[in-house]
Amino acid sequence: MSTQVLQERQHYLNNGYSLKSWLLTKDHKRIAVLYFITISIFFAIGGAFASMIRAELITPAGDLVSSETYNKLFTMHGVIMVFFFLIPSVPATMGNFFLPIMIGARDLAFPRINLLSWYLLIAGGAFAFFAMFAGGVDTGWTFYTPYSTTYSNTYVIATALGIFVAGFSSILTGLNFIVTVHRMRAPGMTWFRMPLFVWANYATGVIQVLGTPVIAVTLVLVFCERVFHIGIFDPALGGDPVLFQHLFWFYSHPAVYIMVLPAMGVISELVSTFARKPVFGYPFVAFASVGIAVIGFLVWGHHLFVSGQSVYAGLVFSFLSYFVAIPSAIKVFNWTATLYKGSISYATPMLYAFGFIGLFTIGGLTGLFVAALGLDVHVTDTYFVIAHFHYVMVGGTVMAYLGGVHYWWPKMTGRMYPEGWAKLSALFVFAGFNLTFFPQFILGYLGMPRRYHAYPPEFQVLHVASTAGATILAIGYIMPAIYLAWSLRYGEVAGANPWSASGLEWQTPSPPPTHNFEEIPIVTQEAYDYSHVKREEIEVG
Amino acid sequence: MASEAHAHGHGETLALREQFDTAYQQRDASTLGMWIFLITEVMFFGGMFAAYTIYRSAYPTVFAIASASLNVTIGAINTCVLLLSSFTMVMAVRAGQLGQRKLIIFFLILTLFFGCIFLGVKAYEWTEKYEEHHMPGQAAFHLEGTDLQGPAKLFFSLYFAMTGLHAMHMVVGVGILTFLILETRKGRYSTEYYTPVDISGLYWHFVDVVWIFLFPLLYLIDRHLPK
Repeated sequence: MSTQVLQERQHYLNNGYSLKSWLLTKDHKRIAVLYFITISIFFAIGGAFASMIRAELITPAGDLVSSETYNKLFTMHGVIMVFFFLIPSVPATMGNFFLPIMIGARDLAFPRINLLSWYLLIAGGAFAFFAMFAGGVDTGWTFYTPYSTTYSNTYVIATALGIFVAGFSSILTGLNFIVTVHRMRAPGMTWFRMPLFVWANYATGVIQVLGTPVIAVTLVLVFCERVFHIGIFDPALGGDPVLFQHLFWFYSHPAVYIMVLPAMGVISELVSTFARKPVFGYPFVAFASVGIAVIGFLVWGHHLFVSGQSVYAGLVFSFLSYFVAIPSAIKVFNWTATLYKGSISYATPMLYAFGFIGLFTIGGLTGLFVAALGLDVHVTDTYFVIAHFHYVMVGGTVMAYLGGVHYWWPKMTGRMYPEGWAKLSALFVFAGFNLTFFPQFILGYLGMPRRYHAYPPEFQVLHVASTAGATILAIGYIMPAIYLAWSLRYGEVAGANPWSASGLEWQTPSPPPTHNFEEIPIVTQEAYDYSHVKREEIEVG
Repeated sequence: MASEAHAHGHGETLALREQFDTAYQQRDASTLGMWIFLITEVMFFGGMFAAYTIYRSAYPTVFAIASASLNVTIGAINTCVLLLSSFTMVMAVRAGQLGQRKLIIFFLILTLFFGCIFLGVKAYEWTEKYEEHHMPGQAAFHLEGTDLQGPAKLFFSLYFAMTGLHAMHMVVGVGILTFLILETRKGRYSTEYYTPVDISGLYWHFVDVVWIFLFPLLYLIDRHLPK
């Protein structure tokens, strides 16, 4: 464990330096790093599209880009961010890296399939890039028919193919996680001793496996409709465009939970570690993940309140949408209860965790607004909806993602990030985020529709505030990109357990050896048991 | 590790990968993985079955008339061929359990043979549909006995989409069988390690089961309606 061994010790990073040793690796940790680099690039591209959107919206007139270009900008922002960043974000990077270590396994059950899933994401991304450079796509990330099947003259097929292929990447990750959790746990690692991060990724795997094939077949049908005019979604032949919306949201609503459940798992780890207390009501938080995964499949109809869906169906979907808020609320309450009388330290990951809890609460509660049948009619397709899901996706998932990256950075790289800069960037992200998206709630409530690039002059103040916030947010995102890269070389060398955390990943050296453990651990205590974790060398906060 | 396995020749058939502790754990994980993959397949086909359900309940009569134009005899023969192939697949897995390599190869070739017959018959049926102008997208598309040509097209769209997707799975299955035959010839499988044969069997049966649903849903609709 001491630092003098660090020089000659074999670990996953110094186990081969060639390109081949990375591109053909079967080590889940290296694959996680590949994913991390890949989705960071996607995040930057998606962010660039968002910046152009915000720049256009500074003035009421549509003067910076044409309306056709604007349609392509928000579509590609959505496609890249949802399918190529948010969905793989936490599971494919931190899940891939830490799920096997946290349950005391040497690797995932299927390392080759794990590598294949990364190549599938790259292949899917290649299709999406082709569509982007060839001229873009303008249907919105939702691909609603009949526009996408009949009228759009942009690269719908290439983009749909990209999402189709990337979907299989997501399926294979989920499959691998489920089998790994079932079959690869170390001796003594019972289900209820698993860290909540593992539970969250397991529940996510269930959604990935059950939901993603449905979007795949839906995109196949859109493809057939566009190429062969088969009529499934074409009213002229007796088909029904609303069927597309049902199939699309049957996946895409649970997909929201694919994005947020692993993030919640990260928060459970952070809150426990930095409050130095076991997560309050562990089994409730564990089952809440599974509950969200199950109930999340029954709420898709709340996206169709204004589609002509029957009112009775609407009532049921509205009720179930309220119902799915319960397990999410359980988690928020339990994290808060964990903080009570905890020994709290305010390191950067914890700042992100606090940010997550607050912003996710706002995002979740406004979700109840839009799940109400009457109010939804007023705010459908307005900036209110945009603000709501950005509070969940950016305020929730991206916050947790950054929190997790900072928390596990010393384990992944063997180096500490610079704490001062990191705290400053967390502050920028929080302030910038709120300034960007809170005005959008008001805009939406006042009637500003989504996907418009020109608007009445009285909305300008709020739009300018939002763009100003986006600028601050962008600085908050660029800072970690710089100081994390800097820390790879100049960061303080991290010990095995800089946070005095309890998980198995902290009982192995930083960075972990290729097979994760010198000896497979035998687990004898519950998760988050701090009674025999001694405070380590580096004190933060 | 690798050189050790080559030295034995026989040791290679065990092929215990480094992330597993025991051969049992490895086989168990592979089987579970295949079952989960098959669940994703159920959901994948499920989207098309959902579309089928909605349009059949919207246009019951047109679907019955269109269904009557399919050739039930050929469909039934093909069903039998596929069931037979599932039987020979089971026998191949059994031969794997017993470690009888020649028998594995024999039954896999039989399975491959029946699979190809199924695909051949399917291709014949599709050609027939094309010649009868029952293929959606044909300018001359026409179905006798109904004025609603749009929903008739929908039926055939679903017919081609569902049987096409099924046939694509059969083609993948044929590829897997070929791979298994080559691997068995190299002596890869034994009583201790025949997992690929086992889980490919699961896949083959799944594709078979999908057809068991497709056959009545596509070919036999009119039999439920009063004449």
